[in-house]
Amino acid sequence: MLDLLWLIPALPLAGFLIILVFGRLLGEPKAGHLATAMVAGSFVVAAGVFFDLLNNPEEERHHVQSLFSWVPVGSLKVDLAFLADPLSITMVLFVTGIGSLIHLYATGYMHGDPKFSKFFLYLNLFVFSMLMLVMGENLLVTFLGWEGVGTCSYFLISFWHTRESAATAGKKAFVTNRVGDWGVMMGMFLAFGAAGTLSYEGINHAAEEGIISGVTATAIALMLFIGACGKSAQLPLYIWLPDAMEGPTPVSALIHAATMVTAGVFLMTRVNPVIEVAYDWAPTLIAIVGVATAFFAATIAVAQNDIKKVLAYSTVSQLGFMFLAVGSGAYVAAIFHMVTHAFFKALLFLGSGSVIHGMHHEQDMRKMGALRLLMPITAFTFIIGWLAIAGVPPFAGFWSKDEILLYAFAKSPILYVVGMITALLTAYYMTRQVIMVFFGEARWHDQSEEHGAHGDFKPHESPAAMWIPLVVLAGLSVVGGAMQLPFSKDLHFLEKWLHPVVEFGEAKIKGTWAYDNKYVLLGIAVVVALSGIAASVLVYGKKKVAAIEPKVLADGWHYDSAISNFMGGPGRKSFDAVAWTDRVVVDGAVNGVGRVVRTAGSYVRRAQTGAVRNYAAGIGLGVVALLVWFFLRGVVL
Amino acid sequence: MSLFAASAPAAPFPVLTALVLVPLIGAVLTALGSRHRPEITKLVALVSSVATAGMSVWLLAEFDTHDGGFQLVSQHSWIDSWGIGWHLGVDGISLFLVVLTGVLFPLVIVGCDPHHDEKPYLAWLLLLEAGVMGSFLSLDLVLFFLFFEIVLVPMYFLIGGWGYDQRVYAATKFFLYTMVGSALMLVGIVTTALLARDDLGRLTFDLVEIAEGSDFAASTGRWLFFAFAIAFAVKVPLFPLHTWLPDAHTQAPTAGSVILAGVLLKLGTYGLLRFGVYLFPEAAVWSREVFLTLAVIGIIWGAIAATMQSDLKRLVAYSSVAHLGFIVLGTFAFTSEAISGGVMQMVNHGVSTGALFLLVGMIYERRHTRQIAELKGLQKVAPIFAAAFMVVMLSSIGVPGLNGFVGEFLVLIGSFSTARWWVVIGATGVILAALYLLWAYQRVFHGEPDEANSSFRELRLREGAVLFPFIALIVFCGVYPKPMLDRIEPSVKALLERVEEKTDFVVPVSDHTGHGEGGEG
Amino acid sequence: MSLLAAATPTTTWYLVLGAVLFGIGAVGVLVRRNPLVMFMCIELMLNAVNLSFVALAKRLGDIGGQTTVFFVMVVAAAEVVVGLGIIVSIMRRRPGATADDIAQLKG
Repeated sequence: MLDLLWLIPALPLAGFLIILVFGRLLGEPKAGHLATAMVAGSFVVAAGVFFDLLNNPEEERHHVQSLFSWVPVGSLKVDLAFLADPLSITMVLFVTGIGSLIHLYATGYMHGDPKFSKFFLYLNLFVFSMLMLVMGENLLVTFLGWEGVGTCSYFLISFWHTRESAATAGKKAFVTNRVGDWGVMMGMFLAFGAAGTLSYEGINHAAEEGIISGVTATAIALMLFIGACGKSAQLPLYIWLPDAMEGPTPVSALIHAATMVTAGVFLMTRVNPVIEVAYDWAPTLIAIVGVATAFFAATIAVAQNDIKKVLAYSTVSQLGFMFLAVGSGAYVAAIFHMVTHAFFKALLFLGSGSVIHGMHHEQDMRKMGALRLLMPITAFTFIIGWLAIAGVPPFAGFWSKDEILLYAFAKSPILYVVGMITALLTAYYMTRQVIMVFFGEARWHDQSEEHGAHGDFKPHESPAAMWIPLVVLAGLSVVGGAMQLPFSKDLHFLEKWLHPVVEFGEAKIKGTWAYDNKYVLLGIAVVVALSGIAASVLVYGKKKVAAIEPKVLADGWHYDSAISNFMGGPGRKSFDAVAWTDRVVVDGAVNGVGRVVRTAGSYVRRAQTGAVRNYAAGIGLGVVALLVWFFLRGVVL
Repeated sequence: MSLFAASAPAAPFPVLTALVLVPLIGAVLTALGSRHRPEITKLVALVSSVATAGMSVWLLAEFDTHDGGFQLVSQHSWIDSWGIGWHLGVDGISLFLVVLTGVLFPLVIVGCDPHHDEKPYLAWLLLLEAGVMGSFLSLDLVLFFLFFEIVLVPMYFLIGGWGYDQRVYAATKFFLYTMVGSALMLVGIVTTALLARDDLGRLTFDLVEIAEGSDFAASTGRWLFFAFAIAFAVKVPLFPLHTWLPDAHTQAPTAGSVILAGVLLKLGTYGLLRFGVYLFPEAAVWSREVFLTLAVIGIIWGAIAATMQSDLKRLVAYSSVAHLGFIVLGTFAFTSEAISGGVMQMVNHGVSTGALFLLVGMIYERRHTRQIAELKGLQKVAPIFAAAFMVVMLSSIGVPGLNGFVGEFLVLIGSFSTARWWVVIGATGVILAALYLLWAYQRVFHGEPDEANSSFRELRLREGAVLFPFIALIVFCGVYPKPMLDRIEPSVKALLERVEEKTDFVVPVSDHTGHGEGGEG
Repeated sequence: MSLLAAATPTTTWYLVLGAVLFGIGAVGVLVRRNPLVMFMCIELMLNAVNLSFVALAKRLGDIGGQTTVFFVMVVAAAEVVVGLGIIVSIMRRRPGATADDIAQLKG
């Protein structure tokens, strides 16, 4: 199966090309089924590769397949090549697995949309790009995928492009991501300059051997981290993610929860040896940014009323946890949380899509309520997702979050405390969401007039194409934690699997206070999760305590609006000034030259009187002058 | 034995001479054609441009990939007493520019309708082609100057006769501005030949002979380089000598804009390499910081100015300033990757910006406006057109997988080792490129179309056929740039060897055993 | 007797006469406004030059001076033909015009 590595990205690419040419012919639902089949096919091949790797001894789980020489100039020799190792295959498995589930879901969700085929066109292109990103053997192939997912994200966010808000959100996502891309490019250039190659093997080897170290490694790590901040929506570049909710919900689930946004975490994990040999403050900075983002976003999520916006900020927050893990040297935990988060966040998003679908495209949670009776499967699966993200054992989210906080404590108790507070807030706002949507009194009766054409408006359960993925994801959210249970070394399946990739950079916390007391920390985590839930039930369920949802939180600490105001105000003015200077000063100088010549000419033309006698006088004077000159020069007359 | 001596025996068929003469003859025949049979005139023009295109593609096939010197050289004496000869040659740097020229003109002739006086229009276009071909192929200083100047006249008439509302101002500005630079270059050419006479023993204007045989003092070389560089700097255009470009591009008819952006601007960057760096390497190295700075300023300034334009065509014009800034950055970084990237980018920019101008021209044909404020929601009524625009736009933004990225990336990564901080600042241009292009795209294509825009016609078959080669090249060169890079690199390497030989500049070679700061941290 | 000897014309006398004639002609061109009179003054200047050529040819014994006179006379004749033709046609259109009035080539 390893020889068929290229098939994994090739299938979605083929899907893209087929739909590009025959999309209109295929129509609904064949285009959707084709796209789903392609991604599912990739999953099957990926599973085969996984087992092939598993059959090899640990040191040999590293296979490179080079397709052709891509950019060969000077000392730069980059191939379009794929790398199959534990990390990349893990990524491929959940990208294609969840991807195919979401494709299936979308065939139901996008039913009736006039641009049905086009949706799957973009979706397949996205999966292709994401696979290039994670399977790349070198930074350039990854960058191809990196920008590719950004471009597809742009297409998909602005999918309903006749809506101004969607169009603006798409543009915002692309441009903000581009800021991060500048960082990735700087990182690539530095790495190439220091290691002489862009391949991961070469760069990581150089780091391990000490060829790259100190300043260079720190610079590379931080530049790549800037890119990660853009792609994975960390402070200060997270602003595109909440707006990205303009896209159809399957897009939010696939791209902005499970796959694209994890690219930053993946990249940092890929180059963990470089981070390891950088100055110590670099990973610390990463951890601080991660936990700060996590906390920041969690506070905002508390005050959001749009069902998807809550999940968007929640994603930013959970990504923050992943970077906290990266900064603390807990790469296995980061990947662990990435995978479990993919399960439950995709589940939550798809569930919210199901709710939106059943509520005939209403997204405001204040207009929902008591939906568990009318949408039982959605409610049930959503609740499982809720328990997972809140960090309630034995659901998946608990184990992965706990692992992260363990390593965070080992690095610094302060990080742990902030992380714990964030976990509390997470439980709080997620419970709030569940109560507002599925419990309490039904506040949607007022909708009957707006949706009058349906007769009596009644939210309904979604079709099978939509609830089957929900069920599958729910199951994964329940058992997903089994990948890495903390109880014994033998149960650390994920760690053993990822060992060859992260061994250089993984923090060794054996013997720290945190490690020795990990069951205490485990217990604290359970208590915190349950308290968060309880508090939220008190406020939103029993209504015993008034809700605290200050405007500053609803407006995201005014950060995004500040940036928008700056861009629209002083930003735009300074750009205008440049354009004005170019037109008036620089071009004015050019026109000025022309004007000077014309003015000078108008003076000179006065000598042309047209009167013959003046010309004759001129000739006479000239002759006299010449004679005088000759005479003075000593020419004898 | 220098690599630049004519290494391959002249081909039996003097293809280079033909490349220059066929369009010239075509121009004459078109001009002589009868006014009453326009279809014959068009056919003659089309045949000669297609023939030229065919020959240029044949040239591509005949080109020896591994040879860094001048190939298929055509050398005949012309004005012997002054040492001016008919000396044409092609190498890796000029090869793709010649092919681009050859291919671009028939597409433009088919795809762009002048609306009136088609006969002189086609005649001027073909004369333009002859001039451009000659400029790219000349290896004699006076011959190059001749063709360089020939290019100006048809362009002036094309803009002035078939352009838009401010065409006369734009055409005059273009002509005079470029001519001033060329006048200085003429002084430089003559001085160079006269000074070289002392070293060579006879008066000659042959580029290779002067380059190989003469030895200019540093200060002399710098003055001479300056004279040449001014002409090319105006042509590129390099900030702050760029203000002719927005007017010329905007006021020119579609064909004029495509050729101007696609090929004419490259005369400047090509000249910097072929005449600036080749003849005066010491001066080029000495002045590199100035050029790098101006290039980076151009990248940022051009992008910012583009963002605030209200005229779609003017926006694309300013984007050209920004893109050419990258090419100049690569040229003066003096590494193999950077210069190769710059040469590749010359072609890439020609293809993608040429296509952009074609598309903008199509918008004008339908809506008779170039103002962004009057266009809205076009993607809804013309999705295929929008898709074509999107692909070309993404190429201009530099998205990997398309051609624009490869060139830009090579320039940046190649320049990083010798011009680090310029790259750090210049690379932010990629952010700005996304900003101004996507914002324009959003205003023009996204949203709900109003009444004036809802009758926007979808892409026609003929238009699609003309756009198809552009898009095909955009995708092909992005996915598989290796054949192009393989042919460009040997000549670039030869040029860099010469730079190293004549100056004390050291071209860094990335050391695979690594030379980072070991033992720290 | 000596008075007659002193009155023998030397070359200088001819040159002075030539100069005076030339001066009169030059001043005439500059001062007179009637185109025909200006033309006559130009003729005067040409003849003055002729006189100088002949005097010097005799003085220096070089026949070249005298052949030059023939050239000058031919050129003068040609010039008169063309010039008078132009002047007459102008005067016919605008009788009474002076040199100052004919200023069509004013820049």
